[in-house]
Amino acid sequence: MKFKTFAAFVGPSIFLMLVFIAAPLISVFMQSFYLTQPVLQAVEVETCTPGFLTQTCTTEIKNQPILDEAGKVVTRTEFVGLQSYRNVLEPEAAWAAISSGRIGQLLTIDFWKALRFTLTFTLITLPLVIGLGLALALAVNNAAKAIRGQVIFITLLPFIITPVIGALSIRWLFIGDGILTAGLEWWLARDISMFAQGWTIELLMLFYRVWHVAPFAFVVFYAGLQTVNQDTLESAIIDGASRWERLRYVIIPHLMPLIIFISLIHLMDSYRVFEEIVGFSAQAHRISLQWLTYDLLTPDDSGNRSISRASASAMLTMIGIVILLIPLLRRTWADHKGAGH
Amino acid sequence: MKIRHIAIAGAMSLIGSAGWAACSFENTTTIKSLTAGFEAWKSVTDAMAECGNVEAELDQEFRTKQPAAFATNPSLYQIGGVSNGTVTPLLNEGTIRPLDDLVARYGANLKPNQLIKIDGQTMAVAMMVNTQHLMYRSDIFADLGLEVPSTYDEVLAAAEKIKEAGVVDYPLGGTMKSGWNLAQDFNNMFLGYGGGFVNEDKTPAVNSEAGVKALNMMKALSAYMDPEYLVSDSTYVQQQFQQGKIAMANLWASRAGAMDDAAESQVVGKVETAAAPLAMAGGTPATTLWWDGIVLAKNMSDEEADAAFRVAMEGLDTEMVTGANDQAIWLIEGYQPGRLATGAIATATASPAPLPYPSTTEMGLMHTALGNNLPDFFTGAKSAEEALAAVEAEYLTAAKEAGIVE
Repeated sequence: MKFKTFAAFVGPSIFLMLVFIAAPLISVFMQSFYLTQPVLQAVEVETCTPGFLTQTCTTEIKNQPILDEAGKVVTRTEFVGLQSYRNVLEPEAAWAAISSGRIGQLLTIDFWKALRFTLTFTLITLPLVIGLGLALALAVNNAAKAIRGQVIFITLLPFIITPVIGALSIRWLFIGDGILTAGLEWWLARDISMFAQGWTIELLMLFYRVWHVAPFAFVVFYAGLQTVNQDTLESAIIDGASRWERLRYVIIPHLMPLIIFISLIHLMDSYRVFEEIVGFSAQAHRISLQWLTYDLLTPDDSGNRSISRASASAMLTMIGIVILLIPLLRRTWADHKGAGH
Repeated sequence: MKIRHIAIAGAMSLIGSAGWAACSFENTTTIKSLTAGFEAWKSVTDAMAECGNVEAELDQEFRTKQPAAFATNPSLYQIGGVSNGTVTPLLNEGTIRPLDDLVARYGANLKPNQLIKIDGQTMAVAMMVNTQHLMYRSDIFADLGLEVPSTYDEVLAAAEKIKEAGVVDYPLGGTMKSGWNLAQDFNNMFLGYGGGFVNEDKTPAVNSEAGVKALNMMKALSAYMDPEYLVSDSTYVQQQFQQGKIAMANLWASRAGAMDDAAESQVVGKVETAAAPLAMAGGTPATTLWWDGIVLAKNMSDEEADAAFRVAMEGLDTEMVTGANDQAIWLIEGYQPGRLATGAIATATASPAPLPYPSTTEMGLMHTALGNNLPDFFTGAKSAEEALAAVEAEYLTAAKEAGIVE
C-alpha cells in the first residue's frame, strides 16, 4: 500500500484518537500536578433563616470567594507536584497500618480499600467469565440444530440489558424482603439480609458481572468454534483422544488468541468497575477505583469538587490497568513476532 | 351537532377559566425553573405554570446541576429551588440576585419570616420549613401503653419494649444510607449533644466527646433497625412505615403526608408525629432546621427577573397552599397545620430551638467527609475515635485543597 493511501485511511482515526483520547489524558495528567482554588476572603455575614413563626439571625465569619468585575470567582492555580497523589494514596497512614501489621486498617483507607476490591473483582470474574463463556459455547455447539437459534438468543439476553438496569433488577430481587431473599428465607428458615454486610454484596456484584459479561465471551468463543479444523478433530478421534483430550489439545490451543482477546477486554472493563457499586449501593462496604474518582468529582452541597485528587486517582487507575495488561500484551506481541508477518 | 357544539364550548370555557382564575396576569416571557422533585415543588411549579410560558424541571439531582447552570450568561434557568444546604454555591459564586426591589413591588403577600436575608439583602424567598422529627405508630404505642419518647434514651427503652412485643419487623427505621443520609443523621445527633463542626480557624472539631456520644447513640439505635440500615434512605424508611414494618423513625417532615396516602400506605391514620427527641437533657432537639425556597438567577435581564418573580409569587400564593395544605410545613399565608404537622412545629418552636443546617463551604466538605468515613464505624472496621479521626483527616485534606485551611 502506498504511504499516501495508508495515511488517508488511518489519518481520521488517528486524529479522533488524539482529540478524544490523548488530549483529555494529557489534560488529566497535567491537572493531577496542579491545584486550582478560589481566592477566599473572610467576611462577617449575618444570615437570617426562618423558623416556623419567627426568624433566627446568626452572625458568623464566613470564607467567601472573591469575585472579579465580571462576577466570576477569582481563582489561583499552583503547581503542587505529587501532593494530590499523596492525598489519594495516604502513604503515611498506609505505612503505619502495614508496619504495625494491621492490614484491616490499611483497608479502611479509601484508595487501598478500592484497590483491594477492584483487584479481587477483576481477577475472580476473569476465569469465571472465560470458563462459563467456553462452557456455554461448547454446549450450544453440541446442541441440536433446531433449537440452537433460540438458545443463542436466550444466552445473549443478559448482555443486551443496560448494565445499571441489570444491577438494579438484581438489587431489587434481594434488598429487604425482595422476592429472592424472601424465597431463600423461606427455604432455609432463617433471616437473611443480603445488604447488611460487605461479603454478601460483593458476592452479588461478582455474580452480576459474570452473568452480564459471560454471553460476550460465549459469542466470541462460539464463532471461534466454527473455525476449528474438522480434519484435526477427526484424526484426534481416530487416534483415540477422549473428549477432554480433544478439548485440551485441539480446541483450546485453537481458541487461545480469542481467550487472550477476551481476557484483555475483560481486564480493561472490570478494572473500571462502577455500575455495580452504584446499582447495589455498595458504598458503605465496597468501593472501586472508578467510583472513588467519580466521588471526588461529584460536587457537594457547597459546590466543592476535588478535581486534582480526582485526576490523580484517574491516573492511578490507568496505571493499574496498564500493569495488569502487561503480561497479556507481551504474550500477544511475542505471538505476533513469532508468526513472522 | 348542537350537543357537540355545546360540549366543545363548555370544554373551552373550562380551560379558559382555569387559566384566568388561577393566575392574576398573563406571562409572555419564557421562564424556566430547576427545583427538587418532591411533592411540594410539584404543587408550586404547577401553580406557576398556570401563568403560561413556564417550563418547570423537577430533578432530584438539581444540586449538582444548579451551580453550573446558573453560572452561564444568560443563565439556563430563571428560577431555582434551593434549601439552606444547596444555596451555598450560588451565594458564593454570586450567581443569584438580591430580591428586595421585587419583593417591594410584588411581594405584598409575603411574610417577613419568609425572606432569607444575607447581610440585610433578601437573597431567597422561603416557602416551607423541613426538619427530621419523630414519627411513631400511635396504635402500637397505645396497645403497649408506651409514652411518646422525648429523649433518645426513652426511644431506646420504647424500642426494647416494642421488640419484646414483636408487633413489627423492626422497632426503628433510620435514614442511615452511607453518604449524605448517614452524615445528616450524625449531624442531627452531634448537634443534639451540643457539638460544633469546626473551630474558629475552620479546623475540624468532630472528634470530640459529642462526636463519640453521637456515634455510640446511633449504634445503639441501629440494633433495633433492619440490619440493612446502611443502604436505607428516606424513601426506604417511608416505605417501611407505609408497609407497617417499623414503629418509629426520625424522618423528614416532608415525608409525613405519605403516611396518610391510602394508595400507598397500609397505616393510614395510625402514624403520628412528635418533636425530634433530645439527645441530652437541656439540649436542643437532635435535628436541624431546613427551609426550601426560590432564588432568581443574576444573569438575566431585569424584565425577565420581573416576570420570573411574578410567576414565582403565583406559585407561592395562598391558593396553592389551600390545594396542597398537607404536603409541607408551609410558611405561606393561609396554611392550616394538619394532624401530621404537629411534630415539625413542636420541633421548630422548641426551646432551645434546633439550629438551622449551616450554609457554609466548610459544612459541605464536612458533610462529605462524614458520609464517606462513618460507615467504617458501623461495619465495625474502626472505633468511634478512629472513624472521627479519619473524618477530620479527610476534611483537612479537602479544606486545604479548597483553600479554607492553611
